[in-house]
Amino acid sequence: MSFRNLYDIADRFLPESLDWMAYLVAGGILAFVVINAMVMSTAAYTLFERRLIGRFQSRLGPNRWGPFGMFQPFADIIKLILKEDIAPTVADKIVFTISPVVFLVPVLVAVSVLPLGDGSFLGTLNVALVFIIAVTGMHIIGVFMAGWASRNKYALFGAMRGVAMLVSYEVPMAMSLVAVVLLSGTMSTLGIVQGQHLPYILVMPLGFFVFFTATLAEMSRAPFDMIEAESELGSGYNTEYSGMKFALFQLAEFMAPLANGAIVTVLFLGGTKGPIISGPWWFVLKVVAFAFVIVWTRSTWPRLRVDQIMTFSWKGLFPLSMINLALVTVEYFVLQDAVGALTLGDQAIMALINIPVTFVAIYVIGNLSGQKRDRTVPVPSPLARMAAEAD
Amino acid sequence: MYGLGLFKGLAVTLKNAVTPGRMFTTHQYPNRRISVFELAKASSTNVISYAAKNPAKAVRSAIGLEWVPDRWPQHPRFRGEEFTWYEQRCTGCASCAKYCPLGIIRIVTDPSGRFVQEGEKYAIEVFDIDIGRCMFCGLCVEACPYDALHMGSGFEEGRYTRSGLVIDVNRLRTQPKRPSNWFRPQLEAKDYNPHSGKEATYVDVGRHEKPSEQKQEVKWAKRL
Repeated sequence: MSFRNLYDIADRFLPESLDWMAYLVAGGILAFVVINAMVMSTAAYTLFERRLIGRFQSRLGPNRWGPFGMFQPFADIIKLILKEDIAPTVADKIVFTISPVVFLVPVLVAVSVLPLGDGSFLGTLNVALVFIIAVTGMHIIGVFMAGWASRNKYALFGAMRGVAMLVSYEVPMAMSLVAVVLLSGTMSTLGIVQGQHLPYILVMPLGFFVFFTATLAEMSRAPFDMIEAESELGSGYNTEYSGMKFALFQLAEFMAPLANGAIVTVLFLGGTKGPIISGPWWFVLKVVAFAFVIVWTRSTWPRLRVDQIMTFSWKGLFPLSMINLALVTVEYFVLQDAVGALTLGDQAIMALINIPVTFVAIYVIGNLSGQKRDRTVPVPSPLARMAAEAD
Repeated sequence: MYGLGLFKGLAVTLKNAVTPGRMFTTHQYPNRRISVFELAKASSTNVISYAAKNPAKAVRSAIGLEWVPDRWPQHPRFRGEEFTWYEQRCTGCASCAKYCPLGIIRIVTDPSGRFVQEGEKYAIEVFDIDIGRCMFCGLCVEACPYDALHMGSGFEEGRYTRSGLVIDVNRLRTQPKRPSNWFRPQLEAKDYNPHSGKEATYVDVGRHEKPSEQKQEVKWAKRL
């Protein structure tokens, strides 16, 4: 189902004079479908994440309400809706109210251009990649609005951290995306999926590593959850939020892994391609695998400090993405045929070269710019020397 | 190598997730989900005949809807919430109230009793312990010279109001007396376990026998 199909159906039923209304009807139905699909899958995802993180930490997770805790998301939603909606008296009311919406909408919009089957909800978009990058970067405005409007210094700290982090991590993310566009020769998500004879995770693991890490940071998931560092900022930008507004924040936050999982699946994991079972099932399987990995990292790694996050981006990921881009560019110009396309064999050769190079590059960059384990020897205090001389 | 520790950590958590023995370190208080195998074992049949006999329960347990209460008893020395008090041993000296760091014990006595214990006996009118503010340090129990006050052995004292958390003298008198072994070596020496369901009488909990009234009178007479 795409916007084009819905528009055709609506156009057939409406009279000539109400042609403009067909856009409205098609858009409304599409928005309804996308929002409901995403909200329901997000509800399922919250349960998935909480149960899985329980397993990783040797406990059970929510299991009381319904078989295997299946009704837990509904219980959460009811609880959040029933809570009183409080706004601080000194808050900027308008900005305070619309910031959850600004936070949520980009995720939904990004989802509507992803190729879930042959086409996306909005049909095929030939600059989908640029669109996705532009739209997913927008959610940080919601975070900053929330932090600013709350008139709470911890909320503002969290929001400022979020903005600084996004600015740092968009650069390596875009650099690794340039390599993807170069290899597939198109910016449309459908074209990228069709260009992957081998999944790009094998063709350029370095690019995947950079993109995956930058995605974690952009979602502000652990270990990059500086925005809402509970132990430091009291849950950061959403400190002052409660009730329905907080529910929207939570919804967007738990929707982001799904949306980003879909993006990563399209760009690096081969989208709907796969043997034996049909395309959509492969897509879902890959998104779930992505979700598994990010829950795994969340349950394992501690949070990075602010300076470590900046260091990791500018001294770690940025050089790695440059190496990746240079490598892929050279290989592409050596291996390309007359029309600039790559065959399966070419991609296999690239994979054979790039997989070892990835490990070497990560090792070298890690040891060049990483924090060294050995500490500097402390300089003895002059007072200690005086005491020794006095004896 | 730089960054290797991250992957070691990932291996540890993955092991936690997939190793069956490591999954269930959580104790499912107060109810535990029971499997159809356990149900069959409890009724000493095999699974198939159990499922044939009562299919509804078998299906419910298979999809995880069958629960059994599962409460592990605490250690005998666990400092529980409902204090155990023996009026026969109490002289109303209010040592417990004086030693309480939070001042949550309130005692009002009436000097009308006779010297039942070694010392003059006061009749207790009010003995309130506000366990909502109590930190269970047990100093009141340590301070009691006559082993009249003991820590309790239970912990399920959830209430809807703070005032419900005040243990008054009537409740102390009437509630079942299962004192904790904490700071009471005489109870441990007798192998008393408050979770066995047995109550301890005021004779059990003392370090010495209660002297008879005649004996006390003789003692008091000698002193005089």
